[in-house]
Formats: sequence, structure tokens, C-alpha cells
Amino acid sequence: MGIGSRSDKGSGNLPGPTPLAGQVRRIAMGERRRVGRVAVPMLALLPVAAIVVFFYIGATLWTAGISLTDSRLLPTGKFIGLTQYQRLFATPVWQTSLVNLVILAVLVIGGCLVLGTLLAIALDRAVRFENSFRTIFLYPYALSFVVTGLVWQWLMNPGLGLQATAQQLGWTWFVFDWPQHRETAIYAVVLAGLWQGAGFVMVLMLAGLRGIDQDIWRATRIEGIPVTRTYWSIVLPQLSPTIATALILLAMGVIRTYDLVVAMTNGGPGTSTSVPAKFIIDNLFGRQNLGLATAGATVMLVTVLAVVVPIAYAQNIRAARRRNAL
Amino acid sequence: MHRLGLSVFCSVAALSCAAPALADPIKLEVANSWTSGGEAAAKQVIIDALAKKGVEWVDSSIAGFESANAAFNSRLMAGNPPPVKAAIAGLDQSEVIGQGLMTDIDATAKAAGADKALPKLLLDNVTFDGKIYEAPIEFHGESMYFYSMPVFAKAGIAAPPKTWDEMFADLDKVKAAGLIPVAWSGQGWQEVKTFNTILLSVIGTDGFNKVYTDKDEATVRSPGFAKAVDIFNKLHNYIQPGSENLNWNDATAMVITGKAALQFEGDWAKGEFVNAKQTPGKDYGCEFAPGSDGTIIISDVFAFPKVKDADQQKAQQILAETVFDPKVQVDFSLKKGSFPVRADVDTSALDICAQKDVAMVKAGKVAPEQAIVLTPAQNGTLTDLISQYFAAPTSTDAFVDGFVAMLKNA
Repeated sequence: MGIGSRSDKGSGNLPGPTPLAGQVRRIAMGERRRVGRVAVPMLALLPVAAIVVFFYIGATLWTAGISLTDSRLLPTGKFIGLTQYQRLFATPVWQTSLVNLVILAVLVIGGCLVLGTLLAIALDRAVRFENSFRTIFLYPYALSFVVTGLVWQWLMNPGLGLQATAQQLGWTWFVFDWPQHRETAIYAVVLAGLWQGAGFVMVLMLAGLRGIDQDIWRATRIEGIPVTRTYWSIVLPQLSPTIATALILLAMGVIRTYDLVVAMTNGGPGTSTSVPAKFIIDNLFGRQNLGLATAGATVMLVTVLAVVVPIAYAQNIRAARRRNAL
Repeated sequence: MHRLGLSVFCSVAALSCAAPALADPIKLEVANSWTSGGEAAAKQVIIDALAKKGVEWVDSSIAGFESANAAFNSRLMAGNPPPVKAAIAGLDQSEVIGQGLMTDIDATAKAAGADKALPKLLLDNVTFDGKIYEAPIEFHGESMYFYSMPVFAKAGIAAPPKTWDEMFADLDKVKAAGLIPVAWSGQGWQEVKTFNTILLSVIGTDGFNKVYTDKDEATVRSPGFAKAVDIFNKLHNYIQPGSENLNWNDATAMVITGKAALQFEGDWAKGEFVNAKQTPGKDYGCEFAPGSDGTIIISDVFAFPKVKDADQQKAQQILAETVFDPKVQVDFSLKKGSFPVRADVDTSALDICAQKDVAMVKAGKVAPEQAIVLTPAQNGTLTDLISQYFAAPTSTDAFVDGFVAMLKNA
């Protein structure tokens, strides 16, 4: 599937000074024809686009608007400026939630990527029973977060779980009760998240690895380059689209973390495993505080936009530069 | 043939005319969070009484009152509330009632004599804008601890302690006997109730009312309040490991099975003891927290969101009427471990623990629980504050400052 292959359905094989330039001219010709064909699908998408704009964007704007009022259980129209945001950032639970989100983001996303890639590499090399191993590693992803949270809560319960079993078997030094202590509780959530997500990343990376040109291995073996160096410097950079996909999907999951925390620790001990999504839901429904909850939601939206928009912009510039350079 | 067909037709028509007299019972959905053994048995009392009046209780229960409230609020905002909700008297439903989303039961309540039979404290908290909106089913006292008599005997404790110093000495004895002194449920709302039990026992009923009802800052910053915080903190040494997120009835089970000595719990814990066929005075005992001169009370009520269906509205009023029935009140309390709200019912059938609470109510030594006098948002902040303090004790001053901030932030 390299650059020079002739397997694409271009419109006629125009000769060019290099195969690359020829491919580019084929694409340019096709593009003009494509515009005519684009109008009908666009029309078909119009209802969906209208729904997205009206409900999705409209609801987002409404949420931001409500966060500027003093709404309690039901929306009121009384504008109070940024008071809710002041209250929000003065709330210790919200501060803890933000810190926990950063911990989760770094450890779960980073850990899943590393673990998933290592598992994928292992499976790529050891081909026996690959299907069984792949299924086994992917099983946790099929479970809901609630099941994952409950299972790990029971495993880490000092009276019921692994600690009790190990101590009964004689290993009295074995301690595994992370959710019971406020310093380690968030890492218990991280562990459950890793267990769930690593298999998913493994499957993505495995599919990407299968697309690597096998000639590379022969070339590096001839040159005498060690295997780890091959992976780090040659294979993984080629997989950067796959890694980016996995990163985005994991990030989306981490920001939305709610059911895992509720099932596992319910925000405890105390409030040490609060996460922003849980804070928002608690205030929205349980605490009858619409204003504070929507303020939290708007802050999260702004944070995500602040991260995503520069990346999307940078990618756009890079793509435009690539197009202009040719 | 023709006449046979005609007669069959006539008899069927006649029967179907008689059918409405045996109408299906009206289905009434009741949202609640009463899911433990004792609570389910108590619900059955009302279900049976309703069935006799042609209303069928459709149970919509979710374990954990926070989750049940969340589910109800989301249905309310969607415009599709259940016709009945089990709630708490006072500010809990005040915003919803203020927005005109609830039906009043003023006429039904007055017909049942509620305006005369209910204590004034409660009547004020179920009346909004001059009309009665909520039907209280029970009082719960929240100033007691329940102890296992076999465990006390094993640890060599002859009589329940009279002061907090004696209490800690007794808890040490239990620890020395190798058992768990205090069964602890690590959920936020449980820790708040335990803290309040200690608070009232230290600063008294008047002090408690000053803190929560009057929101008096000076009382919060008093040495009595600080002493209560220290006692609360000291309990860390006496609870079982693995208390985190433990349900209250699982902690009660520890006392019932003799693994733990006592639990600071509202008297709904008695429902669990009743379910386990234990009797107060023989298998378990109940005492007010050392030094208490009154009791914190909370009242569970039924609230009635506005519904459009006429049958549902009728069923709502039937439920309200049933709730005010003295016999239903006594039977419900016997199963759930609470005591009736009507002052004119026969309380001799109640167990000794409920009798103690009734005596306090009759003497007027009561303090409404914080959920009655704080808004749900304040209640939430208080829960966060106390549970975070118990998980990671800061200085007493920092806790007091947080408490004052919560009271000011209505």
C-alpha cells in the first residue's frame, strides 16, 4: 500500500516525471468532478445539520446562559453575572474534581496507550492462539463501567477481596485496599480504567501494525538494528494516525468518567475521588443547583475547546501547507 | 337459533354493564428509596390498606435516597413526575411546591383531623402558603445508638455509658475483647447524621436549633461545637476497616450478628432488628447519645406532584387519607422502627426505643434535622464538608470556617 502502487482507481494513467506527481494530478482532476456530485449528499445531510445546530449547539448555548443566572431546581431568568463561577472555583469539591481529572487523563490515557501498544506488539510477534488472546484482552472493554467499577470495588475490599483471600492463604503482609484511603482512592479508579481500556487500544494498534510493510523487518535485520529501536523509531511513527485515534477516543472517555467513579467509590472517601462529570450531575439533580452545575459544564466545555481547537487549527495548517507545497 | 343469539347478546350486554362496579384498582406509582428488609415490610402496611380502597401501589424504589431524589428531579424537569414521592418535610420540596408543581391535600388532611393532631413543628413544615401539601407518615428519631447486648456482656460493660468519657472507656473495652467497637457506614449522609447526634449531645437541643434553624455563627464558633468536632474525630480509632461506601443496613447487620458493639443510627435501624427477629431490651439496646437532652427528629412525608389524570388525582387523595389513618400510622411505625406523627394515637404497642422518642416529643425537647431547615444545596455542601473532614481531618478551625460558609450560602 505504498505511495508508488498503482492499485488506486485513478482516472487514466497520466505519465508524469515521478509516480507521486502523477498521483497528485489524478486527484486534482477528480476533485473538479467531485464538486458536482457533492451537492446532493449535502442536501440530504441538511436535516441532520439542522438538528445538530438547533439541539446540540443550541443546548450548549442555553447551558452557558443558565450558568449566568441564579437557577436552583428550575431555570429562572435572573441574571447574576459570573457569581456562579466564583462559587464554583471556591468549592473544594470542584477543585478536587479538576485535579482528579488531570490525574485520570495522564495516567489512564498514557497507561492505556503504553499497555495497549505493548500487548499489540506482543500479539503481533507471537502468532499462536492470537485470536483467543485478542478476545480475552478485549473482553473488559465489552463490560459497562458500572460492572467494572463494582468488580474492582469488591476485589479491593479489605474484608471481601484479594486482600482477605491472600491473608487467609497466609500472606499476611498483602495489602490491597486502595479505595479505602483518600490518597490512593483515585489510583484505584485509574487501575479499573486501565483494565478496561487497554484491550481496546491493543486492538486498534494491532490493526495498525498489520498495515506495516513487512519489508522493513528484513531491511532492519540486514542493517543490524535492534528490534526495540525499530519499533520506537520506525514502526510507531508510522502508526501515528492510529495512536491519534486511540488518544482521542480515550480522552473522550476519560472526560466523561462518571459511572466508573459512582460504581466504585461514589466520590469517596469523603470527596477525594470526585470528578467533574459527577459534580455536575450531583448538583443538577440531587442538590437542585442548576446554576452551579451548568457553570461546571461550561468550564469543562471551554477546557476541551481550549485543547481541541489549537490542535485542529494546527492540523489544518499542516494539511494546507502540504497541499500548497505540492 | 335467533332467540338464543339474542339472549346471549343481552346477557353479555348486561354483564358488561355490571363490570364497572368491579373496576380494576387505580394504579398509583410511588417513588421512594425504602429498599431494605424492614422498610419493605413497612411499605406493605400501606399497600394493603390502599388495596382495600381500590388503589394499587406501584412501587418505584431506588436504593439510596440521593439516587432516588436525582431520578425524581430528572423526571420532574422532563414534565413526567410520578404521582407520589416519598420526601422529607420542610425545605426539601419547598422550591418545587413554590413553583406550583405540587398538588395540595389541604381538604383531605383537615378532614382527617391532621391540623389538630400533628405537632406544631411538623404542621409548620408541611404547610406552604397556608395549605397542607405533604402527608407525614412517620417520625424518626436520630439521636440514638443501638448496641448489641451480647457484645456488651462479652466486653464486660455492665450498663450503657452516661458520658462521652465513659463511652470511650467502654469502646476501649470492646476493642480489647477483639471486636469492632463502632459499626460505621462510610456514606456522606450517614456521617452527617452521626456528627449531628454528637453535636446535640454536647451543645443541647437549644444549641442545635441555634446552629441549624437560626444559623447563629457565634454558636458554631463556641467551644462546645469544637468539642463535638473532636469527639467525632476521635471515633476514627473505633470503626471497622472497609467502612467506605458501606450501606447503613450492612453496618447494622454487623451489630445484629454480634461482630460490632454499637452503631450510631437513626431509629430506622430498628426495622432491621425487627426483621432479624431481635427484641429490644433482650438482644439489643437503644440509648440516646451520652448527654443528650432531646432528640433530633425527621419526618418522612408523601408529596404529590401535579398530574392531569383524574383517576390519579383521586388516588393521590386516597393515599393522603390512608396515611393519616391512626391504625396505618401505628402499624407502619412498628415495622419500620419509627413512631407516629399524630399525637392522638395509642403508642402503647411501640417498643421501648420508640417510647423514649415519643416521651421527648411530648416534652417538646426536639430539634428538626438539618434536611428540614437547610436547602438541598446547603445540605449537599454540609455532606461534602463532613465526609471530607472525616476522610481527611483538617484543623477544627478550618472545619468551623467551612461550616459557617455553608450556613451563609443559602
